[in-house]
Amino acid sequence: MDPLGDTLRRLREAFHAGRTRPAEFRAAQLQGLGRFLQENKQLLHDALAQDLHKSAFESEVSEVAISQGEVTLALRNLRAWMKDERVPKNLATQLDSAFIRKEPFGLVLIIAPWNYPLNLTLVPLVGALAAGNCVVLKPSEISKNVEKILAEVLPQYVDQSCFAVVLGGPQETGQLLEHRFDYIFFTGSPRVGKIVMTAAAKHLTPVTLELGGKNPCYVDDNCDPQTVANRVAWFRYFNAGQTCVAPDYVLCSPEMQERLLPALQSTITRFYGDDPQSSPNLGRIINQKQFQRLRALLGCGRVAIGGQSDESDRYIAPTVLVDVQEMEPVMQEEIFGPILPIVNVQSLDEAIEFINRREKPLALYAFSNSSQVGVVKRVLTQTSSGGFCGNDGFMHMTLASLPFGGVGASGMGRYHGKFSFDTFSHHRACLLRSPGMEKLNALRYPPQSPRRLRMLLVAMEAQGCSCTLL
Amino acid sequence: MELEVRRVRQAFLSGRSRPLRFRLQQLEALRRMVQEREKDILTAIAADLCKSEFNVYSQEVITVLGEIDFMLENLPEWVTAKPVKKNVLTMLDEAYIQPQPLGVVLIIGAWNYPFVLTIQPLIGAIAAGNAVIIKPSELSENTAKILAKLLPQYLDQDLYIVINGGVEETTELLKQRFDHIFYTGNTAVGKIVMEAAAKHLTPVTLELGGKSPCYIDKDCDLDIVCRRITWGKYMNCGQTCIAPDYILCEASLQNQIVWKIKETVKEFYGENIKESPDYERIINLRHFKRILSLLEGQKIAFGGETDEATRYIAPTVLTDVDPKTKVMQEEIFGPILPIVPVKNVDEAINFINEREKPLALYVFSHNHKLIKRMIDETSSGGVTGNDVIMHFTLNSFPFGGVGSSGMGAYHGKHSFDTFSHQRPCLLKSLKREGANKLRYPPNSQSKVDWGKFFLLKRFNKEKLGLLLLTFLGIVAAVLVKVKYY
Repeated sequence: MDPLGDTLRRLREAFHAGRTRPAEFRAAQLQGLGRFLQENKQLLHDALAQDLHKSAFESEVSEVAISQGEVTLALRNLRAWMKDERVPKNLATQLDSAFIRKEPFGLVLIIAPWNYPLNLTLVPLVGALAAGNCVVLKPSEISKNVEKILAEVLPQYVDQSCFAVVLGGPQETGQLLEHRFDYIFFTGSPRVGKIVMTAAAKHLTPVTLELGGKNPCYVDDNCDPQTVANRVAWFRYFNAGQTCVAPDYVLCSPEMQERLLPALQSTITRFYGDDPQSSPNLGRIINQKQFQRLRALLGCGRVAIGGQSDESDRYIAPTVLVDVQEMEPVMQEEIFGPILPIVNVQSLDEAIEFINRREKPLALYAFSNSSQVGVVKRVLTQTSSGGFCGNDGFMHMTLASLPFGGVGASGMGRYHGKFSFDTFSHHRACLLRSPGMEKLNALRYPPQSPRRLRMLLVAMEAQGCSCTLL
Repeated sequence: MELEVRRVRQAFLSGRSRPLRFRLQQLEALRRMVQEREKDILTAIAADLCKSEFNVYSQEVITVLGEIDFMLENLPEWVTAKPVKKNVLTMLDEAYIQPQPLGVVLIIGAWNYPFVLTIQPLIGAIAAGNAVIIKPSELSENTAKILAKLLPQYLDQDLYIVINGGVEETTELLKQRFDHIFYTGNTAVGKIVMEAAAKHLTPVTLELGGKSPCYIDKDCDLDIVCRRITWGKYMNCGQTCIAPDYILCEASLQNQIVWKIKETVKEFYGENIKESPDYERIINLRHFKRILSLLEGQKIAFGGETDEATRYIAPTVLTDVDPKTKVMQEEIFGPILPIVPVKNVDEAINFINEREKPLALYVFSHNHKLIKRMIDETSSGGVTGNDVIMHFTLNSFPFGGVGSSGMGAYHGKHSFDTFSHQRPCLLKSLKREGANKLRYPPNSQSKVDWGKFFLLKRFNKEKLGLLLLTFLGIVAAVLVKVKYY
């Protein structure tokens, strides 16, 4: 008895029967997702509050609205995205029909994380369904309350012959990965990303891995510290720092640090009040394990702001650390919490060198006064990262016309908007030749001769091809 | 091995390979190499595959030159940042996608078209600004040697190096860390490459293979169909990843097909095929024996002659082939063409779908609806209708497999994209901080509503409309501020 195997077989059969191909079917699935979001808004808000102490604002803006936006975008553009894409032809293929057909892969596995459990599950799901695939969803077991809704409520809104939710922890996920899928979309840590890709290799399954890293945030001497503090703090402490694209650490001169610290304190007080623990706008750490890990990091360097924690509440105060050494744990692992270390550098060159010594991050930030746009551009051109934002935090994620993904250890592949549709589609080259034009084809047939070769070169528009054989 | 890779990485980190001018220079140097040393290149490949120099030129060199020219013409445009459509929140900002090199690319070449299958990816990797380590196939020895000799004479010696060797050396090489691995070869090794890549989270492009089916409909001009199939099948002695591997057709067509292919073979290669300069040989004894074993128990309609001393296998056609036999279990990669009779197109489609997704699919028919159905109801890397091979030659097509025939694609701009990181960039200014007050805590229901409004409102109106909304945004921020402070 293998219930998992049976589920996968059922989904595959539905796919082979062609159920997910018609645009109407896919649109119905997407509309279902839209209704799921609208009809269960309060339920979802409550679950997000229970899992991560998310405020209504954060839940709306970073989970529900983003997901809704992707659903709407996909519905609006579905038919255009599905269309065969005509391509330019050469002389030999002038009379032929040449196009790229976007095809679903088949059975897609989406493994979602706990930090934005709704967004990071639904947005890839939108892409996979829009592209005509059948989907197995493995939501994170760590964000328990949202997991429950995804397992029990979500399936009611989509066609269950083409969609299944599989629950469980690392062991169950391991078993899941032994099966064959036609595409695997994983969001999580680089460590598990390697496990996923290794499992995928056994079946030659293509993957998109949305991983993480330490996202550097360079702050130039020439900028207004209060503005920078507002922006950096907002993106750092959003969701209690549990964001893959949050600014992980700041690089700035000691002088800038002096100006930044009081600005950060002022911002934090304005955002969360004198007692951040009682602010409804600050999230909590997802579980004990993460809490313990973060609390240990509070011992690195010196606490300049915050530093308080409360185990019973899984609360960690918005914290800024200074005098941090490169080899300390807070600078060795992705923080994923409300702790912001400041590392001093003496120059822009030193900052760039620091960044390039390390793994390519998922996001990279640089702040500099607009008249010094050269600084921002320099950081951009001399580094690499998944994405980049100058003078703000992860705003680049809100633009669906920008692809979202990592590079190097921060991941491979990308999605959002049309990029999701393309990621979950096989781009199949189709050339339909006319049975005529055989005279032209005859040039390619043996027996070969210099004359034939000369004519072939002309027909293939091989300009400047002089061949010694001729 | 580790030292070699480190040296190449150092060269990449120097930044030399990035400027457009440098990339163009390298591509021009590569072009010069192909033209000036043409004789050496043709001789080497001809020796490896017993191929006539004409065939080498038309099958490999032309494609390489065409690809280089295409890159030289288009690269200046491709390297530039591409602006993207903005939303309300970003309308006063710069938003674009900037292609960047990945770093150090490993290209593992194949032996069947040893030049083009190594150099065409190399062209893409250079164009994208990377450093490259090339590992040609050891089976095509002469080509491997000539590449090791010529490339350093024309290209930057620290950025682009050739490492030769067999399984042992390749395994060592795969333990090193690369920023992209491009592999052309078979499925079994493809899995090994991807598993090695997983250890370093290295993205891969795998150009593999499979059994490319060829469906012949009743309603077609069998003369032309058989000529085209004969050309594509026996080219390079069947050692082509997108060769039509086997034929599916109604039983009544078999005899005619056999007859016409036989006639075409005579026309192409003469009465004494062994003497034809246009007919190649099997790459080595191991493959020769492997292909021979596929003939066991089969009904040979014509062909079947072999000569171990010269690794010659005659163009062969098998009829009434049983799908369970060995010849239908592995990619043939040789000059043997099995015909598997099916009742109709429904059975053909089921037959194809029961098997692994192939690299190419071919369908011959005058009936456009039938062709459409074939494409709609199957999957494959690529398709050519009413011909074979040709979709490979159009570089506006992405060339690659799906499922066990591979992942990723290349040719033309697709090569450039494969070897680049397309980095999204958003450049804002430090001004207009007032508008940001809308997003900062402490939050409120009205902030939630405004937040939704700005996120979900889409824009394709004129600048005036956009400015109006910025104004509204600032007004909203001010109103909320006034309400709360």
